[in-house]
Amino acid sequence: MQKNYFLAKLSGLLILSAMLLLLGTLLGSTGASWNEMGLDQTILFDIRLPRSLGAYFAGALLGLAGGIAQSLFRNPLADPYLLGSASGALLGVGSILCFAYLGDSWIELIGLNGGAFIGALIGVLASLLLAGGYRSSLRLLLSGVVISVILGAANSLFTFIRPDLFQSIQSFMLGNTTLLNWLGVEIMAMALAFCLLVALVISPTLDALSLGENTARSLGLPLDQLRLVLVGILALATGCAVAQTGLVAFVGLAAPHLVRKISGGRQRVQLLFSCLGGGILLLSSDLIARTLFAPLEIPVGIVTAVLGGLYLLILLRRAPFGGRS
Amino acid sequence: MKTRQLSINRGPCVILNDLNLTIPQNQWTSIIGPNGAGKSSLLQAMAGLLKYTGSLELNGVELCTLTGKSLSKKLAWLDQGASQSEEFGAALSVYDTVMLGRLPHQGWLHLPSEADHITVEKVLQQTDAWHLRHRPLQQLSGGELQRVLLARLLAVDSDILLLDEPLANLDPPHQADFLKWQDNLLAEGKTLVTVLHEIHFALRADYLVMLNKGKVHFQGSSQDPKTHQALIALFDGRIRLEKLGNDWVALPN
Repeated sequence: MQKNYFLAKLSGLLILSAMLLLLGTLLGSTGASWNEMGLDQTILFDIRLPRSLGAYFAGALLGLAGGIAQSLFRNPLADPYLLGSASGALLGVGSILCFAYLGDSWIELIGLNGGAFIGALIGVLASLLLAGGYRSSLRLLLSGVVISVILGAANSLFTFIRPDLFQSIQSFMLGNTTLLNWLGVEIMAMALAFCLLVALVISPTLDALSLGENTARSLGLPLDQLRLVLVGILALATGCAVAQTGLVAFVGLAAPHLVRKISGGRQRVQLLFSCLGGGILLLSSDLIARTLFAPLEIPVGIVTAVLGGLYLLILLRRAPFGGRS
Repeated sequence: MKTRQLSINRGPCVILNDLNLTIPQNQWTSIIGPNGAGKSSLLQAMAGLLKYTGSLELNGVELCTLTGKSLSKKLAWLDQGASQSEEFGAALSVYDTVMLGRLPHQGWLHLPSEADHITVEKVLQQTDAWHLRHRPLQQLSGGELQRVLLARLLAVDSDILLLDEPLANLDPPHQADFLKWQDNLLAEGKTLVTVLHEIHFALRADYLVMLNKGKVHFQGSSQDPKTHQALIALFDGRIRLEKLGNDWVALPN
């Protein structure tokens, strides 16, 4: 059997995650607050802890979705927003903001999070419809690009009609972890547990797919059904994360690359580590976002874009993708 | 395996037209023909990967009625050129790649069993690739990769092996090894169907099926003089066959 020190690597990632969560709970935008522990537990347990846990779970969902997208589309540059979920979520938020003044009870009921989630799912469904199903990864990918452009244009129309919404929509586009609460944490934790479990069970499909679609079929895998499940998981994970934290950039793209070297190659390990890597990336970015220019907080999406982008740049310079000796 | 009036269309193009074939059991059948004759498509149809009209029977059962793992345990298929893709195999190790061949024998919630590990080791030894087991696929040379993919095929442990250009990228010593593996597999009672461009290797098969423009040009024993005449005619007389020891070789005319 191949020795790959899986448990040691898993433990390392979990310990790093725990340390960041602890730091995220203790560290405020005004610096470390050891002395506050006894004074105001509300700040620690009702604001910082849900924020840190929420940022971690959102990153984990995006990391998982990114890992699935890159394997499913067999493209190392695929990210979870490709299937129209990002522009759909943005349109959902834009619609809620635009029509909120009407005061309709259903709009109040759905809220911004619900609007983003429904929008993300509509974006993915529209991509599926345009692609004529889920059987061709390439058609699906291209349809996702087209739907993103169309929904993005619709969203631009909202900001054109209501320029006063521009700042709110931009805040959503840059990612925001300041409003995370326990309800959001619970929703993301449940979504993560479900998506990760299903993804790990059917991950051998992604391994087989990397040898070619026909080879995977010849191994008796019900590829069409499994592909639909994977697209569903991708949409659910992205929708849940985006609904709670907005369009955090680069996490879904960078997380699988961050852990690729230590995960060995099997998708079961790759997806699990992508999940943990995504959580670590978003939580550490959140820590930087709230402390770098404290007491001013910068949008977390800017930090993830800079960190993830820099890492990918280093990776690109060090190791060429693909190729065979 | 038998086909009756087997046809395959891709859009308006007729790839195979009314094929009536019998693939003998426990023997090595080689499919040969010029480029575009439909050889790979026939092999894909036999593997249940292409829709067809007419009949394609496996031990008296229509192939399209067999699905999923029940079919994949009976038939193993080796692809022609997927390995040319840059993302082929992603970062999978040789060992994990060969273990994928055991998927038809595993449940969704089961990890590979001891028997799976034993089979993987056996086939990696058989294809002289055991020493490569920790290497990622992307670090292998073309010949090494082909041996690993052959091991993946053998790991399925099916009765019928369908191989599309199995000798591609193999150096002469490993091509010779391939013939030894064929002999061992036939001795184990397997049925082999190969698509080969190397005519001298194809002539080592027990049975030859010649395709041209989607139709059967000829089928018969590889040692039969009529088969040799048909083979020369298939390539418009641009080759000649000569006996070298016990084997026939094809030379350009």
